[in-house]
Amino acid sequence: MISIKDLKVSIEGKEILKGINLEVNPGELHAIMGPNGSGKSTLASVLAGRPEYEVTGGEILYKGKDLLELPADQRAKQGIFLAFQYPVEIPGVSIANFMRSAINELRKAKNLEPLDAMDFLSEIKDKMKNMGIDLEFLNRAVNEGFSGGEKKRNEIFQMTMMDPDMIILDETDSGLDIDALKIVSEGVNNFRTDEKAFLIITHYQRLLNYIVPDYVHVIYDGRIVKSGDKSLALELEEKGYEWIKKLSKEAVEN
Amino acid sequence: MAAKNKILEEITSAEYKYGFVTDIEMDTAPKGLNEDIIKLISSKKNEPEFMLEWRLKAYKYWLTMKQPQWQNVKFPPIDYQDSIYYAAPKQKAALKSLDEVDPEILSTFEKLGISLEEQKKLSGVAVDAVMDSVSVATTFKAKLGELGIIFCSFSDAVQEHPELIKQYIGSVVPYTDNYFAALNSAVFSDGSFCYIPKGVRCPMELSTYFRINAANTGQFERTLIIAEEGSYVSYLEGCTAPMRDKNQLHAAIVEIIAHKDAEVKYSTIQNWYPGNKEGVGGIYNFVTKRGICQGDNSKISWTQVETGAAITWKYPSVILKGDNSIGEFYSVAVTNNYQQADTGTKMIHIGKNTKSRIIAKGISAGKSNNSYRGLVRILKKAENARNFSQCDSLLMGDTCGAHTFPYIEVNNSTSKVEHEATTSKIEEDILFYCNQRGLATEEATNMIVNGFCKEVMKQLPMEFAVEAQKLLGISLEGSVG
Ligand SMILES: Nc1ncnc2c1ncn2[C@@H]1O[C@H](COP(=O)(O)OP(=O)(O)O)[C@@H](O)[C@H]1O
Ligand SMILES: [Mg+2]
Repeated sequence: MISIKDLKVSIEGKEILKGINLEVNPGELHAIMGPNGSGKSTLASVLAGRPEYEVTGGEILYKGKDLLELPADQRAKQGIFLAFQYPVEIPGVSIANFMRSAINELRKAKNLEPLDAMDFLSEIKDKMKNMGIDLEFLNRAVNEGFSGGEKKRNEIFQMTMMDPDMIILDETDSGLDIDALKIVSEGVNNFRTDEKAFLIITHYQRLLNYIVPDYVHVIYDGRIVKSGDKSLALELEEKGYEWIKKLSKEAVEN
Repeated sequence: MAAKNKILEEITSAEYKYGFVTDIEMDTAPKGLNEDIIKLISSKKNEPEFMLEWRLKAYKYWLTMKQPQWQNVKFPPIDYQDSIYYAAPKQKAALKSLDEVDPEILSTFEKLGISLEEQKKLSGVAVDAVMDSVSVATTFKAKLGELGIIFCSFSDAVQEHPELIKQYIGSVVPYTDNYFAALNSAVFSDGSFCYIPKGVRCPMELSTYFRINAANTGQFERTLIIAEEGSYVSYLEGCTAPMRDKNQLHAAIVEIIAHKDAEVKYSTIQNWYPGNKEGVGGIYNFVTKRGICQGDNSKISWTQVETGAAITWKYPSVILKGDNSIGEFYSVAVTNNYQQADTGTKMIHIGKNTKSRIIAKGISAGKSNNSYRGLVRILKKAENARNFSQCDSLLMGDTCGAHTFPYIEVNNSTSKVEHEATTSKIEEDILFYCNQRGLATEEATNMIVNGFCKEVMKQLPMEFAVEAQKLLGISLEGSVG
């Protein structure tokens, strides 16, 4: 699905990602862990095409094609979805309107007719219910006045609406209470198929009790310093950041 | 200033004495403004004596006035002696085909979805006999005539209904009102007149007609709308199509009178040439629009979509004189590049239980400045008057400005005035979020802008709402991202 080779990224002249290598195949779920400031969100943003970040080296292939030359909206149209760590408010645009515009743009890109209004409405209602979102949110402006947990559930709800192939979740679990965490995890698990690939960024091991990863990567100071299976998450929790720092030092020295 | 005007006048009138007498048969008056020019205008238009007297009074008053300085806009001084104030209403030199029209204008027509026939009409291309707009207009007129509705040019009304003109002209906007009102009253060329008799509900939007005639708007227009007791009319002026004009200054006046139980809905879309991206050229649009709810239970509603002009000064207002009368103001003002807009409304509550509602949406982009300036005045006798105002600003980027100047004067303790204001900004973050959901920056901007303006747009007649929405998109093209 996605193949990242020696990716180097800077912002405002400061190098944040210092050579990331990662291969995610259809059907796989990869977890990315690491302390704050290690570059997890930067990686997610670059995959999604955020323009402020400057790619200074390496390449990303998505479905076999050069991803870096596509603008963000084209990437979304081709199936990349990012659940934001900090979803922004869109003043004056209701969720219903926002999702309808988004989905019709996706359909347009696939040469499909716009969705019938009634069909759309029943679909959106179903999927909101699945995420435990009150239907009164339909007419509220996107993320305006939402609690932290509501914002995160809203992201996952949008994921189910847009039906992407490559899903990146950036700390979707942080700020969620246990009930919300279960709802979100269930949403993601129900969404897993052999065709879809996941990159799940998290700070805590906790989420991975609910969403079980095929692979776990630990990122520190812009590099993946260790990869393994789901047991790596437990090991990381046990040994803490000092262990990571040591691994990082070794990785740089090698 | 007055002294300076006097000198100017002496110099220019000396010139005229020469030019004027010998060239009296000319279709165009010489440059400049003085009493002789006003007499020329009036006589060319074959006006009754009272009209000329009124024009001259307005002119004399104008000479004593100074151009206002207080608005939040900047522009170089206007040389009023450098304009031509009378030109015979000639048929525009018709172009043979659309190939001769500025391609930039054509592409805008296309984006707006204006039909080919209408494109021709709007850009002054000769139209085939089948789609002859004159005959369409004639059909409208016949229909309206059956109901006793008078709908004609201002000049025709002066000839055919002088008693109505005499009674109502300047009754809502006196020539003493402001500098540009005085100037307009002295030299106005033409405009529109609309009279709805008692108890008649005008069966059609007067928009369709206007669209067809939109190509010929003058520099100093006057509109007068009179709604007799229990009547109703919805009136739309202007159009979404871009309007160019060689006259830089446009100073129009609109007066509306709503008698007992009458309702007038006035919508306008203004898309004058705003100047180029560097702020050069562009029209100054200084308009005085005011309505009076003369009788009890009457209602006047203004809706405006302002996207054009280099500078706009415009405060459509309602004097709520009749008890239980209602005034409304719905506005979207868009500024981009170097445009400046200072617009808003005045709601003057005089009668009991009068209500007003103000919804003003300002969108600024580029290096533009957009100001809302509004006055809500509740007079002593306005028991239980109510006002609700909502002023929202949307900023695109960091180089534009939005300003709100709400003035509130309350002289009756039983009244209630509410004011709400918000400012939002379309930032990179928001655009990226939309991009990530598959919306290109332009679509994202349109979506946000349309959400922002919804409340105002839904006041417009349906077919115009759709066009107006597209127009907003075009006006803001390339302003973000
Ligand atoms: N827009 C930005 N401008 C400047 N520095 C940034 C920006 N975004 C991220 N950084 C810096 O990049 C580093 C990595 O940040 P981030 O990718 O958000 O880490 P994580 O998501 O792992 O916490 C941090 O040092 C952060 O301060
Ligand atoms: Mg982060």
